[in-house]
Amino acid sequence: MLSLSPQNLPSAALSPDDLERGHSLWSDAWHRLRKNRLALFGGIVLCLLTLACLAGPLFAQSYHAQNLNLGATAPSADHWLGTDTLGRDLLSRILYGGRISLMVGLVATFVALTIGVTYGAIAGYVGGKLDTVMMRVVDILYALPFTIFVILLMVFFGRNILLLFLAIGAVEWLTMARIVRGQILSIKKMEYIEAARSLGLSRRRIIFRHMLPNILGPIIVYTTLTIPAVMLLEAFLSFLGLGVQPPMSSWGSLIKDGAEKMEEFPWLLIFPGAIFSLTLFSLNFLGDGLRDALDVRSSKD
Amino acid sequence: MLRFILRRLLETIPVLFVIVTATFFMIRFVPGGPFTAEKAVSPETLRNLEAHYGLDKPLHRQYLDYLGNLLRGDLGPSYKYVNRTVNEIIADSLPTSLELGAWSLLVALGLGLPLGILAAVKRNTWLDYLASSTAMIGICVPTFVLGPLLVLLFGIHLRWVNASGWYEPIDRVLPSLVLGFFYAAYIARLTRGGMLDILNQDFIRTARAKGASEARVIFKHALRGGLAPVVSFLGPAIAGILTGSFVIETIFQIPGLGRIFVLSAFNRDYTLVLGTVVLYAALVVLLNLLVDIVQVWLNPKLKFE
Repeated sequence: MLSLSPQNLPSAALSPDDLERGHSLWSDAWHRLRKNRLALFGGIVLCLLTLACLAGPLFAQSYHAQNLNLGATAPSADHWLGTDTLGRDLLSRILYGGRISLMVGLVATFVALTIGVTYGAIAGYVGGKLDTVMMRVVDILYALPFTIFVILLMVFFGRNILLLFLAIGAVEWLTMARIVRGQILSIKKMEYIEAARSLGLSRRRIIFRHMLPNILGPIIVYTTLTIPAVMLLEAFLSFLGLGVQPPMSSWGSLIKDGAEKMEEFPWLLIFPGAIFSLTLFSLNFLGDGLRDALDVRSSKD
Repeated sequence: MLRFILRRLLETIPVLFVIVTATFFMIRFVPGGPFTAEKAVSPETLRNLEAHYGLDKPLHRQYLDYLGNLLRGDLGPSYKYVNRTVNEIIADSLPTSLELGAWSLLVALGLGLPLGILAAVKRNTWLDYLASSTAMIGICVPTFVLGPLLVLLFGIHLRWVNASGWYEPIDRVLPSLVLGFFYAAYIARLTRGGMLDILNQDFIRTARAKGASEARVIFKHALRGGLAPVVSFLGPAIAGILTGSFVIETIFQIPGLGRIFVLSAFNRDYTLVLGTVVLYAALVVLLNLLVDIVQVWLNPKLKFE
């Protein structure tokens, strides 16, 4: 790696040739990420899983077709991961469940991301009294057992999947807000921000066009780490019977079904559990790898 | 110090008030009530029931009544468990949940701290890799997968422990391990990171140069600062262990407050839901205060502002 990479120069000032020879922050990060085998492994597994969940059901057996004559059967050539007590193919159910679980992970994370980034950016940029109050609110919310409120919401207002997205997203934004605020504070006094301000740009434009793109690294890293947390919460709710409702299935509800019948049909617990854990592993490895790759300070050691 | 504690205690009052109010009105504005059961009751019976529980009064009256009773420590009667008050139900089930939580916290700290310290001190050796991958497993295998799997292995196949229940001391082992393991994993990672930060600093080198033994360097000089991230994680960890017990108590059939809470939400047992939420919130807020005090005690730079 070049020690004198022109990281600090605005890329527009470079000709395309220079860009190829030089190392931008992003290409540096990509190099570091590629060297991290675990992170790469995580990324590949995630891609494969997503592809399988998206494309798999097109080829596999229907996820709700019951075959009561079959009952629960162990894995076989016809049903690679066996069938559940209603004779439904477990592999298809896992692939369909994956669609739901991954979708919840992405959408709810997006909700959390939007709230957290906006909140953190405003607190950090405006500063002063408002910042103190806003961060104190976050501190207080941090201390509350929020899962309880998600449970109440799900019980009382029906187990609606949209509500699930919102409820989970509304819980998971706190850390994001803290991180974004910290980052904003650290670049607030920099000269290019002052320049933007002296140009008379509006607050909103400065925050969203000039500041946020420069703190994208930590945001991306934390987003990758929020997805597993969100998926975990969804599975937790589904396990209590509060998440996705039958005949739909998420990985959480499959694990719940499996846990109820594990004595006779252990594969119903083991396969969904294994796939779910594998996904969490991959996301966490990828998130850790991204953090090491994008955070210049921590990558030194 | 005393002023800090008092101020924080005063701060918890509006927080708890908001929680009580929000939960109270949220519950009242949902369709269906505690008496809409599978068996339809006649209108007169319903009216009598509502009169008996004071549900026929105007909403603001009910709210004020509830607040008044709450101040006197009376959480009201349960709507579903006939002739039982919420206070009695909580008194019956809370100790169980607290015991489970205490054991789990012990597991989390007793497993997480040594693992993290070991990983930091023996950095980049096989011990570090072993500790770090154990931590990764703890973070990625959710309790509701790990719990049933361990029950299947140790309860059903090996028959070392009972598959469920909460009678003998041995029944405590599996639930506490499962619930505590996730937090142990997290604490191990935080400890490793915190210790690594500190071990690289100059004062550690000074201590070594002055001939302090390795054990003294680690436990006397590094640990106090290295534990800072762990202590600030304890607040969320305690809240997590409390809510995590919902699932654990369901898996292991433990008669604790977590299971009661989930059941009461399903049953729309208003007073029981409210009572449990208030209790959980108060518990978590107070424990967080405790954590904050410990934090300042560990790091005098923070000061009680």
